[in-house]
Amino acid sequence: MGKISNQHIIDQLTAQFDGQFTAPTEPFGLLTLETSTGTINSLLTYLKNDKELSFNYLTDITAVHYPELEKALCVVYHLHSLTNNVRIRIKVFMPVSNPTIPTATTLWEGANWMERETFDFFGIQFTGHPDLRRILNVDDMTVFPMRREYALEDPNRVDKKDFFFGR
Amino acid sequence: MSNFITEITPNRPVYTDNDPQGDFSTLNLGPTHPATHGVFQNVLQMDGERIVSGVSTIGYIHRAFEKIAEHRPFYQITTLTDRMNYCSSPINNMGWHMTVEKLLGIEMPKRVDYLRVIVMELSRITDHLICNGILGVDTGAFSGFLYLMEEREHIYEIFEEICGARLTTNIGRIGGFERDFNDIAFAKIEKFLVKFPPILKEFEQLFNRNRIFIERTSGVGAVDPETALNYSWSGPILRATGVDYDVRVNEPYSSYQDFDFEIPVGTKGDVYDRFILRNEEMWQSLRIIEQAMEKIKKEPKGIFHANVPEFYLPPKEQVYNNMEALIYHFKIVMGEVDTPKTEVYHAVEGGNGELGFYLINDGGRTPYRLHFRRPSFINYQMYAPMSRGMLLSDAIINMSSLNVIAGELDA
Repeated sequence: MGKISNQHIIDQLTAQFDGQFTAPTEPFGLLTLETSTGTINSLLTYLKNDKELSFNYLTDITAVHYPELEKALCVVYHLHSLTNNVRIRIKVFMPVSNPTIPTATTLWEGANWMERETFDFFGIQFTGHPDLRRILNVDDMTVFPMRREYALEDPNRVDKKDFFFGR
Repeated sequence: MSNFITEITPNRPVYTDNDPQGDFSTLNLGPTHPATHGVFQNVLQMDGERIVSGVSTIGYIHRAFEKIAEHRPFYQITTLTDRMNYCSSPINNMGWHMTVEKLLGIEMPKRVDYLRVIVMELSRITDHLICNGILGVDTGAFSGFLYLMEEREHIYEIFEEICGARLTTNIGRIGGFERDFNDIAFAKIEKFLVKFPPILKEFEQLFNRNRIFIERTSGVGAVDPETALNYSWSGPILRATGVDYDVRVNEPYSSYQDFDFEIPVGTKGDVYDRFILRNEEMWQSLRIIEQAMEKIKKEPKGIFHANVPEFYLPPKEQVYNNMEALIYHFKIVMGEVDTPKTEVYHAVEGGNGELGFYLINDGGRTPYRLHFRRPSFINYQMYAPMSRGMLLSDAIINMSSLNVIAGELDA
């Protein structure tokens, strides 16, 4: 569908960032790369500013928590090259003890709220973000609720017990 | 952006954030202000009638859909998607179904695709109707809104005929529809296709060349394409700036490639452009529905779901009388069907822009992680920066024309 193939993107990135990203996979044709917190900023800058690739549209930033992994938190970027009509997904894994990653707000203003949301739910610290506050949850919340250790409801609540339906 | 705005609206003052004389006042716009049409709070610094700066506070109706979705089987997540953009919930429902179908690799029959296209385009019309109608109300023209609400009601009657519900529809299933459209539904769609165009025409005649409306909206909230793309805008408000990005064309889903339609684009990206563009999109939606109605006649009758017994709930009579159907019913409800352990991103063109579903599946009963790319959330973040220097009344119509839906904003 796109004007440039995924292999072409991989070749171009390998020339520029050899060894700094790993495991290109293509689930449902969407090129997925993994990189490190040190490389992500230069990789995003390159993808955005390269004349041919021009991944100029930031579709989404979100995160995933894999508690069983050593680097348990994963920030996922979805970029879209509107001129080539190609998408790319970039993942960055990081440990829960030090969840810091450079901000993408220097490249896209739109990253501002996406990163705030990711911080709000996963506690990812985006260094250099101009206004890293909670956005959807209340300001005095102390936990990061989308992490897997937090159950959906407080199991100790008694006011919502419904014994007839075995909750 | 500032150069572009001063070109379009030359008299707009430029403010900096500091307030040396201490004569700016603070105004709370929202969270329950009637003119904001939803729970939005903006704390504005005002210099008389002009906005100096603003801070948006959102999250008043945050319901943790992404967390809830991790605890629900796939077919129960449809009801969560309803409640995001409740002005065009069928698009959200269909988007979710198509995401799961993409994950499972289900090939849909053409007739189901066309039925979906009809439902999605009808709901796009309801979405644009309410946005443009409300924009009229906010500029002081109430009658257009009332004409349009009657037509919106007719579309809801069609939805009622198809699925039984009106606003939060829960329409369709993974693998197709729960039942075929009946003859009354088709008759109502045919009737709508005849009755709606004159009313939309009348609405356009009321507004499009209306001098008061043009002076009120032209140049307000103008955005240039670079800024819009930088803020990851999508949907009608991005197209109003002149960028022809539409998911229906860029990544056709549900057989949109079979249809002949145009993507209207604006030039200035102001409120007037957005208004005209939404009207034009309604005409295009009508074109698509007409074509879909023709195409359905050529397809074999009575097909309303794909042949995927592992994922599509069998009819109840068969469950009671037929062993295989009972087994499939049990397996689907208990989540014992194997699903591929992979991840999928699927986007549809929602009423407000690119509505994306990022689904990570670990083969279990529920998604491992489900993220909604909600266009309202991403579109709204420019609201406070772009309001700077605007008159308060302009900021109100600017918010109307962004068509931010609180349910989608907060998820």
